[in-house]
Amino acid sequence: MDSIPSPSPPHPAGRSTEFFHGARDTLPLLLGAAPFGLIFGALASASPLGVAGALPMSALVFAGSAQFIALSLLGSGASVLVVVFTTLVVNLRHLLYAASLQPQMARLPQRWRVLLAFWLTDETFATVHHRYTRDDDAPFKHWYTAGSGAAMYLNWLGWTAAGAWLGAASPALTHLGLEFALVATFVGIVAPLLRERPGMAVALTAAAVALAGRDLPYKLGLMLAACAGVAVGVWMDGRRRPAPVGETR
Amino acid sequence: MNWSLWAVIAGMAAVTFAIRYTLFGLGGRLRFAPRVQQALRHVPVAVLTAIVVPMVLLPDGRHWDLSWRNPWLAGALASAALALGTRKLLAAIAGGMAVYLLWRFGLGLR
Repeated sequence: MDSIPSPSPPHPAGRSTEFFHGARDTLPLLLGAAPFGLIFGALASASPLGVAGALPMSALVFAGSAQFIALSLLGSGASVLVVVFTTLVVNLRHLLYAASLQPQMARLPQRWRVLLAFWLTDETFATVHHRYTRDDDAPFKHWYTAGSGAAMYLNWLGWTAAGAWLGAASPALTHLGLEFALVATFVGIVAPLLRERPGMAVALTAAAVALAGRDLPYKLGLMLAACAGVAVGVWMDGRRRPAPVGETR
Repeated sequence: MNWSLWAVIAGMAAVTFAIRYTLFGLGGRLRFAPRVQQALRHVPVAVLTAIVVPMVLLPDGRHWDLSWRNPWLAGALASAALALGTRKLLAAIAGGMAVYLLWRFGLGLR
């Protein structure tokens, strides 16, 4: 046994090791995203987007839930602006992730920030966030993030392509109720969040406003519902823990 | 694919990247007040609920269907129960789909 403690950690992981570990640690989430990508591809092939549009959308947008919502909006004949604005609202949650990872990005060159921002998803954030909370001075952590992002990206593209091919080969598949997969996914994401305090009030408000405003043009009902839900959440936070003035994080 | 679909893809890509990149690009020069962060935390629940609830309660987009025979409602309730019980998203999706398909095709309800 070596008796002399080394001044720095013996082997700070190299670039390729970090990259590989990032991809490896994302593996369970890749499996979770697979059916999602498959279903997106299949639904897209039966939508106005078509087989030809499925892969470009996955390659350029790379945001699963927004892509699903875009499909249902396009199916109901929504305009370009409505789809883009809805995407904006649905993806706002990524601001939270970006804010949380920001300190790690400040020391990287811009090209790295661009790449890692493009690959920032719910899954990669979950993986990377975990990694960043332990040993803080590893020099090539951004390679870990890149490994996770690259794995998610290739996984998403692959399953989108497979789904589009499957949907085109047997169009009957999409009439088998795949459209319910979106609902099942969203319910699965939201239900556990309702246990935390204002979650239920936020959800009930959003649901009530969405139902009341469902016939408004331009999907305004959805926008109003999202805003009302968030407003109620903020109001309840304020009542529960009054005046977070001067609070430092 | 016509131009408007390409416009949709380009627009979605632009806003998504802008959201993900803005804070990274600015480095440490912009930070959110804790209150704004708190507000953002409510966005997923509000948005996803607002999308799902009308789809589940008015499956055809026009008529309320609150009966047990509604496969959308049955599937959604199953997904919620599984998500809460198992804490596994995959189980919630698979189980909800199974119930939905059973209601729709197995029981021939719709």
